[in-house]
Amino acid sequence: MSEPAPAAPAVTDAERAELRRHGMLLTSIEELCDWGRSHSVWPLQFGLACCAIEMIAASMARFDIARFGSEVFRPSPRQADLLIVSGTVTKKMAPMVVRIWNQMPEPKYCIAMGACAISGGPFKQGYNVLKGIDRFVPVDIYVPGCPPRPEALLHGLIKLQEKIRGQRLGTPAPSECPVPEYAAHDLDPTKNPQLWQPPVLVRKEGA
Amino acid sequence: METTEQIRERILASLPGAQVSLVTNPGLAAQHSLLLGAAHALQAALLLRDDAALRLDFCSNVTGVDWPEREVSEADPTAPGGKVKRVVPGFLEVVYHLYSVALGHGPLVVRMRTANRSDQVTLPSLTPVWRSCEFQEREVFDLFGVVFAGHPDLRRILMWDEFKDHPMRKDYVEPDDFEWEPTPHGDVLERARRHYPAPARPAKEPAP
Amino acid sequence: MNPSGLPPLASLPGPQIRAVHDELHGDLLELSMGPHHPSTHGVFRMVVTLDGETVVKLKPVFGYLHRNHEKIAEGASYLGSMPYTDRLDYLCSMTNNWSYALAVERLAGQAVSERAEYVRVILAELTRLLNHTCLAGFLLQDGGASGTPLMYAFREREKILDLFESLSGSRMMCNYQRFGGCRADPSPAWLDSARALVDGYGRFLDEYEALLTGNEILMARTQGIGRLSPQLAVSAGVTGPMLRAAGVGYDIRKVDGYGFYPRFTFRVPIGADGDTYDRYMVRILEMRESIGILRQALRDIPAGPILDPKAKQRGLRPKAGEVYSRIEGPKGEIGFFLISDGGPNPYRYRVRPPSLINLTILEDMCLGQSIADSVVILGSVDIVLGEVDR
Repeated sequence: MSEPAPAAPAVTDAERAELRRHGMLLTSIEELCDWGRSHSVWPLQFGLACCAIEMIAASMARFDIARFGSEVFRPSPRQADLLIVSGTVTKKMAPMVVRIWNQMPEPKYCIAMGACAISGGPFKQGYNVLKGIDRFVPVDIYVPGCPPRPEALLHGLIKLQEKIRGQRLGTPAPSECPVPEYAAHDLDPTKNPQLWQPPVLVRKEGA
Repeated sequence: METTEQIRERILASLPGAQVSLVTNPGLAAQHSLLLGAAHALQAALLLRDDAALRLDFCSNVTGVDWPEREVSEADPTAPGGKVKRVVPGFLEVVYHLYSVALGHGPLVVRMRTANRSDQVTLPSLTPVWRSCEFQEREVFDLFGVVFAGHPDLRRILMWDEFKDHPMRKDYVEPDDFEWEPTPHGDVLERARRHYPAPARPAKEPAP
Repeated sequence: MNPSGLPPLASLPGPQIRAVHDELHGDLLELSMGPHHPSTHGVFRMVVTLDGETVVKLKPVFGYLHRNHEKIAEGASYLGSMPYTDRLDYLCSMTNNWSYALAVERLAGQAVSERAEYVRVILAELTRLLNHTCLAGFLLQDGGASGTPLMYAFREREKILDLFESLSGSRMMCNYQRFGGCRADPSPAWLDSARALVDGYGRFLDEYEALLTGNEILMARTQGIGRLSPQLAVSAGVTGPMLRAAGVGYDIRKVDGYGFYPRFTFRVPIGADGDTYDRYMVRILEMRESIGILRQALRDIPAGPILDPKAKQRGLRPKAGEVYSRIEGPKGEIGFFLISDGGPNPYRYRVRPPSLINLTILEDMCLGQSIADSVVILGSVDIVLGEVDR
């Protein structure tokens, strides 16, 4: 995303806070827009595995995700702006997840919920398990746990709201991800190199 | 329920010429099993299901076992050293666990074995006898590569259709797709070494 | 010719595809439902062929959650597979644990302490309450009762999960059973809160049933829908509440008498019609029986050790041999088949998944029904994909 360098604000944050103390709200369209967007995140109703049950629990009475404006779980990716990857992504499932991501309208966000979605988790050794959804889809928030408690998911959501509030209006670059295909032994390609590179291992000499 | 040996005799009485042998289970559970020859397996299965004294109408569990070729050493007084090494050919095995809902007994364990692990891997399907074998035999076909003759819909069930391997076999090599993991686990470190060869020795230590 | 009365495979209902395809009647429509579909309970997919709204063919597609449980377990120690069994049927980790622990105990010949047997029964019946309550909620959700029954179900689920959490440290993935007993001893306070929950559960069921059981829409959507004959159910290996709803009184708690179940009095409810309503009703009645078992178990639980400290857990090397062992899980017969070659990890490790095998007859139940009803039928099968695909 190429952004023009922001002009010096006419009113500083300190002045704005001072005005707010006197009962005057001075804001910008951008801020208002981000505030609204961050409190009406519509997740996709999309469950993969164990974590999906905790995702459902987060939307039920005790944890009540509606307090954060995200109770509207949409069945269609066309109407959703948050993909919660809740569970193990297998290689057989990975093309579908990428396709669902591609069908979601911009601006869109992704939460990798649980150890499996982050890295393969306990099933990392599996021949059919994708070692982290970030190999194919850009992830905004990682929520660790196996499965994460509903509170942890809510924490991830709050972090996502903070991230949204820090964004500025503009035309985001379309983030269409290439869909992997089934091959004879593995997916083809096994990762999206633009999104994910293996971490660099720093090793002592001779180790 | 009758003992496994009695059931074997019952099958042999009705199906003379059938290959049925007893496989003893040395474990504490002592669930012995019957090894059926492929030629008469379907008739024997029908008999087990329909015999008034057995009525094993419920096939609970179907699974495969891979037994690769292995070398055993056996005592042989004529050989030098008193032992001789022999290669036991590998085979694939399908195990069925049968119960009777009507009479409330079980399990009877029935096995079938293929001739080898490469080209002669066809066994008769028991789906015409017990409907519950349908998906489980597909799974054995998918993960072990046993071909079931007479199965109504023999396709891969868990892996995708383009997949070529049989991952539950002992000699399956999984795709090398986890690059690095920060654990002290021996296997994982070995993988990490393979992926990240030791860095070239720097020519000179940079001055601080 | 066929004394067991089972129909030969050729006579089982096959797809009845209409011969006429003209402009008036139109073509058949092939629809792929899933793996992302709100009513398929996870990543289940079915390829449905429709004539108008009527299902004429249905082929389930599996494997979207195949996470190689069996392969991983064959490389892990016996104890190391215990946390993985939590993640099979992730609503019922306690019964999965028990089934696996029972299989290893039979393989290695370990005895279980009396208190642990009682705790196992208590936890298994609590799991049954949890599973059936959630299932009723999801079933109604599939039928279009969006939200309310599921909200009630999850309210009760949270109460049971609080018990699990205070006992095992985790809400869902309890990893609680050990070979020869259980990992932690429930305190008297825990038993008291379990008693309080059991005492209140009957009231909740009354409330739930007042909301649902006599509901006209529920009856219209489920009665006579998705019939399953007892012969087909037995032949297809259907187990659990589905089998009993089809009219076959086969409950492994009674047949095998594992654990301490022979010490408790309870009845096995069976259905008359084998339709979706029966499958709902059998589960509700089973919950009432579970409450009875829980009352007896919580009354009679003896003091004593929960786990023999000398019982081998790590580095267990059972004698060579094999075992198949099963219990009555909330979804049906959950069994484990283990082959030991005397080594530290099983040579062959197999899970008998009730959810997968109960799906064998999904097509038979859905043929001739409308597509909206097939969603409800699938809901009444009660599948969890972690177990279907493993």
